[in-house]
Amino acid sequence: MILPDLNLIWFVLVGVLFTGYAMLDGFDLGVGVLQLFVRKDEHRRLFLNSIGPVWDGNEVWLVTGGGALFAAFPEAYATVFSGFYLPFMLLLCSLIFRAVAIEFRSKEEWTWWRQFWDVAFSLGSLVAALLIGVAMGNIVRGIPLDADHEFAGTFLGLLNPYSLLMGITTVLLFAMHGAIYLAMKTEGELLEIVRGWIPRLIGLFLISYLLFNVYTLVDVPWVLETVRARPHVLFVVAANVLIVLNIPREIHKGRPFYAFLSSCTAMALMMATFGLTYFPNMVLSSPVPANSLTIINAASTQKTLGIMLVIAIIGVPLVLAYTASIYWVFRGKTSLTKHSY
Amino acid sequence: MTVEILARVQFAFTVAIHYLYPPLSIGLGMALVMMEGLWLKTGNPVFHNMARFWTRIFALTFAIGVATGIVMEFEFGTNWATYSRFVGDIFGSALAAEGIFAFFLESGFLALLLFGWNKVGPRMHFFATCMVAFGAHFSAVWIVVANSWMQTPAGYHLERIVNGKPVVLPADHVVTTADLTSVRAVVDDFWAMVFNPSTIDRLTHVVLGAWMAGAFLIVSISAYYVLRKRHLDFARASLKIGLGFAAVASVLQMVSADFTAKGVVRNQPIKLAAMEGVYQTAPRTPMTLFGYVDTKKETVVGPKIPGLLSWLSWGSIDKPVAGLRDLPSAEFLRARHPGASPKEFPSLRKAYWPNVAAVFQFYHIMIIVGVALLGLVVIACYFWWRGWLFDTSRPLTRWLLLALVFSVLGPQIANQAGWFAAEMGRQPWIVYGLLKTSESLSRVVTANQIVTSLVLFALVYALLFAMFIFLLTRKIQHGPVDEEDEMPESWKALIRTTPRA
Repeated sequence: MILPDLNLIWFVLVGVLFTGYAMLDGFDLGVGVLQLFVRKDEHRRLFLNSIGPVWDGNEVWLVTGGGALFAAFPEAYATVFSGFYLPFMLLLCSLIFRAVAIEFRSKEEWTWWRQFWDVAFSLGSLVAALLIGVAMGNIVRGIPLDADHEFAGTFLGLLNPYSLLMGITTVLLFAMHGAIYLAMKTEGELLEIVRGWIPRLIGLFLISYLLFNVYTLVDVPWVLETVRARPHVLFVVAANVLIVLNIPREIHKGRPFYAFLSSCTAMALMMATFGLTYFPNMVLSSPVPANSLTIINAASTQKTLGIMLVIAIIGVPLVLAYTASIYWVFRGKTSLTKHSY
Repeated sequence: MTVEILARVQFAFTVAIHYLYPPLSIGLGMALVMMEGLWLKTGNPVFHNMARFWTRIFALTFAIGVATGIVMEFEFGTNWATYSRFVGDIFGSALAAEGIFAFFLESGFLALLLFGWNKVGPRMHFFATCMVAFGAHFSAVWIVVANSWMQTPAGYHLERIVNGKPVVLPADHVVTTADLTSVRAVVDDFWAMVFNPSTIDRLTHVVLGAWMAGAFLIVSISAYYVLRKRHLDFARASLKIGLGFAAVASVLQMVSADFTAKGVVRNQPIKLAAMEGVYQTAPRTPMTLFGYVDTKKETVVGPKIPGLLSWLSWGSIDKPVAGLRDLPSAEFLRARHPGASPKEFPSLRKAYWPNVAAVFQFYHIMIIVGVALLGLVVIACYFWWRGWLFDTSRPLTRWLLLALVFSVLGPQIANQAGWFAAEMGRQPWIVYGLLKTSESLSRVVTANQIVTSLVLFALVYALLFAMFIFLLTRKIQHGPVDEEDEMPESWKALIRTTPRA
C-alpha cells in the first residue's frame, strides 16, 4: 500500500484554505476599499448588503486556515505569528473594524455616524488587504530566521519595498475582484458607476501585477532558480496570464459572472504558482536558507496529520455544501429591505 | 518577567472582553430555538415577534463576538509561540476542528437566520436557527476541549526531536527550559485527548453558564418592559420563557458546579486548595462562605462551615481536603528538585502555588453570584406561581422586577470570575504539571510590542463595548414592533390564535 504523503496533503490543504479566503473575503475587502467612492447613502447600503449575508462565512476561511496551520504546521504558525507581531495585531484590529462597521453603520440615521462607520469599514478593509499582501510578500521573499526557527528580523524590515508592492498589488486585486462582484449584485445607476470603475481597476492591477513580477525576478533570486529547475511552473504562469487577460474580455462582453470566476481562478493560479515554486518550504529563511521551515520540520506528527485529514474529509464537503446553498439563496441583485444593513 | 506579565495581561484582557459575547450568543441561540419552535407549534404571533426581536439582539452580540473572536485564533501564536510549538500537535487540531465544524456552520446559517425571513420558508428558517444554535454550542465544545486539555492533559506523550527523528520520552520526563527547542507533546489517542478527565464537567459548566447569560438577558429586558408597562404581551411571554430557561439553567448549574469542583479536587488539588484557601490538611475541612486570604499568616478570615468542604469533596466529613502546605506532594518535589532536602520543601512548594488570594476571591465571587441568581429565580418563580409576577401595583413585585432588570450582570460576573479562577488557579502552569507559563512565551516578542497591542486593543474594545451598550439600549428603547405586516403570505398562514391579553 502506498501511504499518502500527509505533509504534502496538508501543504496543499492549508493553501486551499487561504486561497478560499482570498477568493471569498477578497471581494468583501474589495467592496470595503471601494465603499468611499460612492457618495449616496442608498448606494453605500447596497454595497454593504451585497456582502451582508456572506462576509462572516468568508472570514471563517481565514480563521480555519489559521487553525489548520496551527494544527498541521505548528512551527510555521508560531514563527510567523510571533515574528509578525505588530503587523498581525494591526491586521486583527482592521478586521474588527471592518466587521463591526458592517453591523453598526446603518443602525442610526445620523450623517456623522454613518460617515464614521463608512470610513471604518473602508479603512479596515484597505489596511487588512494591504497587510495580508505585505505578510505574503515577506513570506515569498523570505524572512530572517535563526537556527531555532525564530524570527530574527525587525518590524521595519517587514515593511520592505518588495512586500509593500505586494501589499498594493493585493489591494488592487481585491478592489478589482470586489468591483466585479458588485457588477453581479447591483443594477441601474449604481451598476453604471461600478462598470465605469472596472476597466481602470483592471488596468491598475495589471500594471502593479507586472511590476511585482518584474521586481520578483530582480529581487528574489530563488524564484528564477526554482523556475529553471521546475519548468512546468511556467504552464501555470501562462494559464494565469491568460485567465487574467480574460477578465477584461468577459467584462467587455457583459458577463460579470464569468469575469468573477476568472478572477477567482486567477487567484487560485497565483497561489498554485507560489505553492509549486515555494514547495517544500513553509517559511523561507533569508539570508540563511538552511534555517527555513519546511513541510517536514514544521509539521505535526503523522498521527495528527492523519486525524486532521479525517476531520477535513468529514468537514470540507459539509462546508462546501452549505456555502454553496447560502450563495444560492442570496443569488441575484441585492435589494434593500427592512432587515438590511 | 515583565514580558510574561504583559503577555498574560494582554491575553486575559482580549479573551475576557471576547467572553462577554459568545455566552450571550449561545444562550440566546438556545432561546431563539425555543421561541421559533413555539411559533411554529402554536401559531401564536407573539412568538413570532419574540423570535424577530431577540434575533436582532442576537445579531448584535454575534457580530461583536465574531469580531473579537478572530483575535483569539491568532494570539496563541503571537503571545505564546513556544507553547504553540510545544503543544501544536494536540491543541491545534481542536482549534482547526472548531473552525471547520462549528464556525462555518454558524456563519453560514446565520445568513439565513438574519436575512432569510423573506427568502426561505418558516421551517427552513427554523432549521437555520437550530443550526446556528448548534454551531455556537459546538464551538464551545472544541474550545473547552482545548482548554480542558491544558487543565488535565491526557492522551499524549512527550517526544524529543534528535537529528530530525522523534525519540519517545518516558512518561515521568520533567520538561526543562533547555528542552523547549527539541521536546514537544504529541497526540497518542485523539479521543482520550478530547475526553480528558475534565472536559465533560467543564463543558457542562461553561454551556450552562452561557445559557444563564442568555436567559438572564431576556429576563432583564422583559422585566424592564413589564416595569415600564410597555409591550406587555410581548414582555410577559418573553419573561416567562426567559425565567423558565433561567430556572432550569440555574438549578442544573448547581449540580454541574458540584461535579466540576469534585473533579478539581481529584485532578488539580492545588487549584482547589487555592480556591478554598485551604493551607492546613485536616479532617473536617471547613468551607469558607466569604472572606479573604491572609497570605502571610496562611489563613482565611471569614465565616466557615466545618466539614462542608470535606463532605462536598469526598462525601465524608472525616476525609481531609489536601492543604497547600502539603502540595505539591513530596514525590513531585523530589522528582523536580533531586538535590533538595525535605527541609527545603516548604519554601519550594510556594513556587507551585497560584496567587491564592486572587483565586480564592474569583472563585467565591462566582459561587456567591451563582447562588444569588438561583435565589432570585426561585423567588421570581414563586411570584409567578402566586400570580404576582406581572402585578406591578404590588411594591414587592416592583422590587423583584427591578432586581431582575439588574440580574443580567450576574451571569457575566460569574462567568468572568469563574474563568479567572480556572485560569489563574492553573498557574504557574500553562499545561498543568507539564509546561510553565513563564516558559511558553514568544521569545522574539518584546515588552514594547505587547504594550502597543494592549493599548491598541484597550482603545478598540472600549469603543466596541460603548457601541454595544449604546446600540443595545437603542434596540431596547425601540422595542419589539409588530412585524405581521412584514410577514410573507406563507408565514401568515401559520397564525392560528390571537395573541393572549
